[in-house]
Amino acid sequence: MSNQALLELEEVTVRYGGVVALDSVSLGLGEGEIVALMGPNGAGKSTVLKAVFGLAPVVSGTISWRQAVLDVAAHQVVKLGVAFVPQGRRVFTQLTITENLEMGCLYLKDKEEKKRRLHETMELFPVLYEKRQEKASAMSGGEQQMLAIGRGLMADPKALLLDEPTLGLAPIIVKEMLEKIVEIKEKRNTSILVVEHNIRSILDVASRVYVLDKGRVAHDGSPDSVQQSDILTKVFLGAVE
Amino acid sequence: MLEKPVAESPWWRSLSNPRLLGTRLSSNVELLINFIVVVATIVFILSQGSGFGIRIAQLFAIFAILAVSLNLVIGYTGLLSLAHVAFFGVGAYSVAILTTDAAYEQVPGHIPHFGLSFFTALFVGMAITGVVALFVGGVLSRFRDDIFVLVSVGFAVISHRIFLFWQPVTRGPFGIHAIAKPEVGGMVIDSRLEFLFLTLAFLVIVFLISWLIVRSSFGRVLMAIREDEQAIEVFGYKARYFKLTIWVISAMMAALAGGITASEQTFIDPQSFVLLESILLVTIVILGGLGTLWGSLLGALVFVLLNEGMRFVPFLPGELIGQARLAILGIVIVLLMLFRPQGLVGRFKL
Repeated sequence: MSNQALLELEEVTVRYGGVVALDSVSLGLGEGEIVALMGPNGAGKSTVLKAVFGLAPVVSGTISWRQAVLDVAAHQVVKLGVAFVPQGRRVFTQLTITENLEMGCLYLKDKEEKKRRLHETMELFPVLYEKRQEKASAMSGGEQQMLAIGRGLMADPKALLLDEPTLGLAPIIVKEMLEKIVEIKEKRNTSILVVEHNIRSILDVASRVYVLDKGRVAHDGSPDSVQQSDILTKVFLGAVE
Repeated sequence: MLEKPVAESPWWRSLSNPRLLGTRLSSNVELLINFIVVVATIVFILSQGSGFGIRIAQLFAIFAILAVSLNLVIGYTGLLSLAHVAFFGVGAYSVAILTTDAAYEQVPGHIPHFGLSFFTALFVGMAITGVVALFVGGVLSRFRDDIFVLVSVGFAVISHRIFLFWQPVTRGPFGIHAIAKPEVGGMVIDSRLEFLFLTLAFLVIVFLISWLIVRSSFGRVLMAIREDEQAIEVFGYKARYFKLTIWVISAMMAALAGGITASEQTFIDPQSFVLLESILLVTIVILGGLGTLWGSLLGALVFVLLNEGMRFVPFLPGELIGQARLAILGIVIVLLMLFRPQGLVGRFKL
């Protein structure tokens, strides 16, 4: 783990009733990194992201942001500089694109700053500018995903948590989406923690990879180390050990 | 970079040009509906005389305040509430109890006497309703979707029972008589026309406040809650507080309508605050269109016209009309939902 870890989970355990979703998971996200979380369904990938936002019941362990323990409500986490783009896009279909984007930073009183962020986000996703007055329901799945990410960026985050940004998108759009993710990292120096199922494509862009299995970290290393080991075959096709 | 789109020329421009009006009407269903409703109202009032017109307008103004305030909760925030009549009732009873002198009432036991003026009682009543709504909303915020609807029905039923059985305060089934009339600068407002102007003034205030709310960023968060309550939380908003706030505001608006009604009728009893009234209010909101304030005005107007106009249906025998009114209203609503589920001028369905 890098020394300048922005976001760090230490031995975090999450329990939903009797079900242990995360079993003392430790992981970190450094400055300017793209970190991928992989693993089969139910491994606890999304739970990691939810735990950061206080949306999952953490029973033990600590989550820290810039070396300070993070135990505040979801709405304060946003102000600290973490944005969460939940699974399944979840845009507000009856609002226009611009209104959707503004939802990302409604707490911001500074109108000039708001305009600047809107400008920046639309520059990154030109399609959002073209359709800015249309309702989100008029967009395609890929465009809605871009809107969801853009809405997250409106909070001007230092760290962006993406939950399956390519879910249900056509392969050509998947490629475009991953290029955008790299672009965000490079242009804005935003650290990105991404849960992803498109293994091959995400290994090309990630700086580090965690493989989760049954609520534990089964592997942690560079994309090369994941490709060379047989860990993915093990967790996706059979039990570890 | 973010310039505004070119606005269409406003609809009232076409009023001065009959040909333009004709093409506009045939191409725009919503405008056509507006046009038909307004014309129907004028024709109806002209045919029935001004006294009846004032009566219709008074009913319209009350239902419009109720519908606009309920639309904030149902249409904009997506909370299907059937408890609105409870707040209407609390407002009406507050004004009634706080203004009347109960000495002559034939109810056993001591009845508290406050003797406040109408306007003081109205504001106190709205404050009381706000507190009640805060409590009810606190309980309701633990539920969602269909369970929310059921629990709100529960509150509507409870409130009716309280009006009916809390005799020492509400006089139970006897109702409350001789409720005070408003007084403005030493002049008592007691003619129907004066009362109508007062009610319309309140309607304008309620409409303006609601309009400001839905145009603000606060209103935008409400609409986002309607779309996806969980998604809104990860942007840093506590959906619960937003829901509670609009819930209380809406309830206080309903209390305002209740207070005015109590004073206008000078008599209230629990029968005016049954669950059916809530259902009719929800119907008006859906009839006009969810998430449109103008639609709620239109919905209230159509409802009052249908409800009152059916007294004059020529082909029905007089003794049947009273019974048939609600049935016919029901049929109209079924037809409307079949052919125009988004309401008269609404944008989307429930």
